[in-house]
Order: sequence, then structure tokens, then C-alpha cells
Amino acid sequence: MKGTVHVAGTGIISAIGNSVSETLAAFQAQRSGIGHITLFDSVHKNVLPVGEVKLSNADLCDTLWMPAHTSRTALLGIYAAREAVKASKVDIKRWRTGVISATTVGGMDRTENFFIDYLADNTKGKLRNVMHHECGMSTEQIADDLGVNGFISTINTACSSSVNAIALGSRLIKHNQLDVVIAGGTDALSKFTLNGFNSLMILDQQPCRPFDASRSGLNLGEGAAFVVLVSDRVLEAEKIKASAYVNGYANTNDAYHQTASSPEGRGSFGAMQKALAMSGLSPQDIDYINLHGTGTLNNDLSEGTAIARLYGDRYPKLSSTKAFTGHTLGASGGIEAVFSVMAIREQCVFPNLRFETPIPEVGIVPQKSFESGLDIKHVMSNSFGFGGNCSSIIFSKN
Amino acid sequence: MAIYIKGKGNISPQQTWGDSPLLETPVPAKGNRFTCVEPDYTQYMDVRQLRRMSRILKMGVASGSMALKDAGITVPDGIITGTSYGCLEDTGIFLSKMISNVEHALNPTPFIQSTHNTIGSQIALLLQCQGYNQTYTQRAFSFENALLDALMELQETPAQHFLVGAADEITDTSHTIQQRFGIFKDEHRAGAINGEGVAYFVLSGEKSSKDKVSIHSLATFYNADEIALTKGVHQFLSDAKMKAEDIDLLLIGTQGEASEDASLQSTAASLFPSGAKGYFKHLSGEYPTAAAFAVWLAARVIETQTVPESVSRGKASRPLQRVLIFNSYFGKYHSLILLEAC
Repeated sequence: MKGTVHVAGTGIISAIGNSVSETLAAFQAQRSGIGHITLFDSVHKNVLPVGEVKLSNADLCDTLWMPAHTSRTALLGIYAAREAVKASKVDIKRWRTGVISATTVGGMDRTENFFIDYLADNTKGKLRNVMHHECGMSTEQIADDLGVNGFISTINTACSSSVNAIALGSRLIKHNQLDVVIAGGTDALSKFTLNGFNSLMILDQQPCRPFDASRSGLNLGEGAAFVVLVSDRVLEAEKIKASAYVNGYANTNDAYHQTASSPEGRGSFGAMQKALAMSGLSPQDIDYINLHGTGTLNNDLSEGTAIARLYGDRYPKLSSTKAFTGHTLGASGGIEAVFSVMAIREQCVFPNLRFETPIPEVGIVPQKSFESGLDIKHVMSNSFGFGGNCSSIIFSKN
Repeated sequence: MAIYIKGKGNISPQQTWGDSPLLETPVPAKGNRFTCVEPDYTQYMDVRQLRRMSRILKMGVASGSMALKDAGITVPDGIITGTSYGCLEDTGIFLSKMISNVEHALNPTPFIQSTHNTIGSQIALLLQCQGYNQTYTQRAFSFENALLDALMELQETPAQHFLVGAADEITDTSHTIQQRFGIFKDEHRAGAINGEGVAYFVLSGEKSSKDKVSIHSLATFYNADEIALTKGVHQFLSDAKMKAEDIDLLLIGTQGEASEDASLQSTAASLFPSGAKGYFKHLSGEYPTAAAFAVWLAARVIETQTVPESVSRGKASRPLQRVLIFNSYFGKYHSLILLEAC
């Protein structure tokens, strides 16, 4: 357990852009990616807004040279992982390299189509549409695409998944098991998740309003993001620079309810507190918090309460970016990790779009506009999921 | 560094819980499908909780309870689970309803219970365990990844107890679909038997005088050809400061498909020419987390110092100090897990 784990590269695709630079431009212009469903037919079309990546499967397959039956989850993952590796300038084949991805739906976008024919007749349905169902299949395809066969893993702890992927990657480097890890997550929009969240009655029919008193649910999104984690040795040998490093992380369980968070936010409080302890930082050292902030009544109150317990009234700049991207489930921790690294690299913070009135019980006022020229040394990002899974991660300026 | 097995719970197609002698009367598969021998769940949870749980959740909670009881632990410091397919039954229910009801009037419960982390989080919820909680889902590395995580966690802080396990279920739907891929044996050809199982272990980095078995080390090899695999096995043994002769029993994960098995057998024979060899997938069936069944079996073999006849025909001629599991999953996933007597 020694050395620093650096972030040598980042890659991202979401509703607000197909690259890190497009993403930054969307933040600067305060341009949300939330809109109508165009990717598939659904009774919820024009009713439930979503954050779609603005590339069809055909566009993605063409750009990536991938076969037409590839799941959207894998396509998005490959897209973002390639950008991250390219940006890192690391020769990944030279090192003990691993790919750790996170996903909650895996190949569900294809399985749900297979099932339509299968239900009518169980000898029907094209097998190529169900062969990528397992979550780990998308990771295989990302690893195969990058030419990595050293170590692969996939995590599914619901919406906290990809923070755990980055934490595992960091630990494997610290334990000297690997030199380079491409870590993050990917999730495509699917009818399955759209209907699942809708059945829970936590989807807003308006664009979502995280941390606002009037919030009434989340918008689903999709996307993928990866960071390239490297050891000190790799950084030196490859003669590259990294703007940020992984400074702390923690994983706890709220153990309160299968889908709801405890009122006092015991899991989220514990995750933030333990991540801070690992980094040796005090709460006041954090310059920006990227909130989980889904826009549901329950999450934002519970997370807000945990922040208030940790900070009182003296909380740092903070925002939820889900009003831009929608909630990208298993990818959200990776997407927001990339935002955190961008905040350090660009010395900026991102707005919490559509915020007007603080939640009365906690009174937290998030960042309202894009702001640059700041001094951002330490950023904390929160990701919480069904099953009580809570994770926090801290990135610091190199 | 090693981690110590403090308790085990295994629900499998064989009688692997309770006091019965080790695999004395093997249960054969029905056609090309194994089904778990399940306990009376009312011993482990109340009827109200049971009613809401799918089969894989019941098996998960029960085998977790068995392992904790065996270890004499009430609440572990963390829970780590491996599952490739996750909760198939609830996934299938929600998908079917969504299609047949044309996205209207859906019950959220199967959706909530469809995510892979439901098993580990259900155990955490019942035990009120707020510690580390993780779920791996990398096909046939799901359990190995969970073990690796535990090895690192317990190396960092040895004085903890982790509940570490794996779960995969067969449903009628999954079996029907998988059969169409032609990977299981049928009247026309030899092949694997579809398997399932749930096994949990209580592991700690601190040794006590009662401990009999430790997990020494493990390795995974993705997409490795014979050369890469051979190199990997040599590296694994040298990292463990051992020679092939030090392995008293090699548990090989052959599955019944002739060409896959021939390649695994020839690699095993050339790497471990002299030692005793045993097999386990004719007892567990083939499934992504079958290595968890093998770890349970290896631990029982070391504890009892006997190799059941159904596992290996040859009589063990020396004490069983070290058992190495050499698993393969359709040639794409290979793993090694080394267990050692304390």
C-alpha cells in the first residue's frame, strides 16, 4: 500500500457531449441535455424526459467500427474508454493493464427486444440479441477493443457502481497488482430501467430540479466515462503529466431500506467521512462537492442532511450535475468523477441547473452558475444506489 | 498473505449443508440441468420476509447465515458478492410484465429486486451491516474478483471478518435460452450440464487456533491462449514460492464439452504431471461462479483429509496440505485459487 494513483486521462460521452471538450462547452453555456425519447418506442415518449446521448446505435457502430448487434452499453463504453486512453498518452500494452467497468443494465437494451419475440414463442428471438446480456460482456468488449487481457472486472452496486470501479482500480495499483487501470462505467437507456423507475414513481415529467424545494423526481440519462489511473512509475516512465490524483474513497451501506435512503443519511455521511479520513483532509479542505443529487424527494433530503451534519452552514461550493445529464445510473460515478477531474484541471465549478428555492429542512444553496478562475485543490464526488450502497471519492490537484 | 476461512455456507445441487458426510451419495442432474438442494428457509428468516424474496435471495440469505453461524459471527465488517447473472427470476418477471402490459401498471418489486447488488444488500439490510458492500459481475471472474477484494481488504486491516460469496441461479427462461446456444449436453452431443449455486464464506486476516484452512492466493487469466496460461501458472506458483509437486490435489474445472476439456486437461497434465487430480463440475454443474463450490469442496477436503470418491478415484497417498483449483469457463476465463491447511 504505497504510492500515488494519478489520473492520466479522461473520456466521457453523455447527453451534453461526446468528449471532454464538448462537455465543458455545454457547462459553460449552461446547456442541458434533457429532452424527449428518440432512441426507442415507448408509451412514455413525449411524457418522460430523458438525457440521451446524441448518437444513434448506427452512428456509434459506424464511428467505432463495431458490429451492428453490439449493445449500446458496450458502444458507449468503448467510445469513452478510447478517448480516455488516447488522452492519457500512455502506451497501455507496455504495462500490467486492467479494465474495470461498472454497469447496471449491461446488454438489457438488446435483451428487451429479444424478449418480445421470445415471449410469443420460446424458440424465437435472435440469439445475437441476448448473447450480450451479462454485465461483464460489455467490459469484455471494452477490454478487447483496447487490447487489454491482463485483468478485467465489472461492478454492479446500482448507482454507486463506477465510483467503486475507480476505487478498486486505485487499490490494485497501490497493492502493486497493476500499473495502469482504465476504470469507470457505462449504462445505456433502456425501456427496462425507464419502466422500472417509472413504476417506483420517482421520474419527473418535467426536467429534473435537484436540490430544489420543488423537485419531484429524476430524469434518466445514459452515457459512459472512464479515467486512466496510473502509478508513479508509469507517470515517470511515460513522461506524462496528470492534473489530479485519487486521494480517498469509501464504500458503506445505509442498511435502511432496499430503495430509500435513511432520513439522517447515515450511509452517505459514513461514506464522505471515511473518504475524508483516508485522504487525511478535513471537510473544510474540500473546494467543491459533486453531489449525487438525483432530484428525488428522498435522495436530496437524505444527502442534504448528511452534508449539513458534516458541514453545518459552512459547506463548500456544491452542485448536482444531473439536471444536465440525467441520472446515468451505473455510469454516473464515472461521469461525475470525470467532472471532478475537469473541475481541478480547469479550476472551475459547474452549475446546479434549474435551482430556485432551497429544501426547507436543510437550506442548502448550490452553485447556480458556471464559475472559473477558482482555486480548486480537492473535489469530492458522491454516488449512492439502491440496496443502500453509498460511495464517495476525493480527487486532488497534483 | 493468506486469509483464513472461519465459516462456510453452501447451497448447491448436492447435499452440502447440514451434518451429512462429504458428498457421500452424489445427486445426479436431471437431463442437462442441476437444481439446488434447498434448506427449510424458516430457520433463517421469518415468513413475512420470505414471501417477498425470490429464490436466489432466499438462497443468498440462508447460505450467508450458515457461514456466519459456522464462524460464530453476528455482523460481519463487510459483504462481498460475486454474481454473473444477478437476479434472473425478478428480471424475467419485470421484462415479461413490461411487454405483456405494454408498459402499464407495473409492480416495482421485481424491478427493485432485479439488480445484481440485491443479494449482498439484502443480507446487509437484514443484518444491519453498514460496512463495506460490494458486488462483482465479471462472468466467470465474479467470485474470484470478490475473493481478490477480500484479500486486499484483509491485508490492509487483518482484524476484520468479511462475508464473501457467490450466487447464480438457473430459471426456466434462462435454461431455455441457454440451451438454444447449444452449450449444454443433449441427446445429440456431449456438453456441459447447466448448474447453479450459492456459497458464502466468512474470511478474516487474523488466524485463530480453530482455523483449519486458509486461502493462500488466486489469479485470473482472461482470453489467455495455452502459452499465456502456462506462463501464468508458472508465475502463480513462483509468486506462491511453490513447485507443482507441492500441490496435493488439483481440482480441475472440466465441464463435459470434449474440445474445451481436452485443452484444459492437457495444460493441467503438462503443468502438474505427478499430483492427484479431482473434478467438481459433474457435481455442481457449469455456471459462472462454480469456483465458489470448488472452494467449499477444497476446504472440506482439507478439513476432513478425505477426497470423496465422486471427486477423485485415486486414493490420496499423502496428507492433503494444499489444494489448487484450476477453473476454466468455456476456454475464455481461467482462474487459479490455492487453499492451504493451517
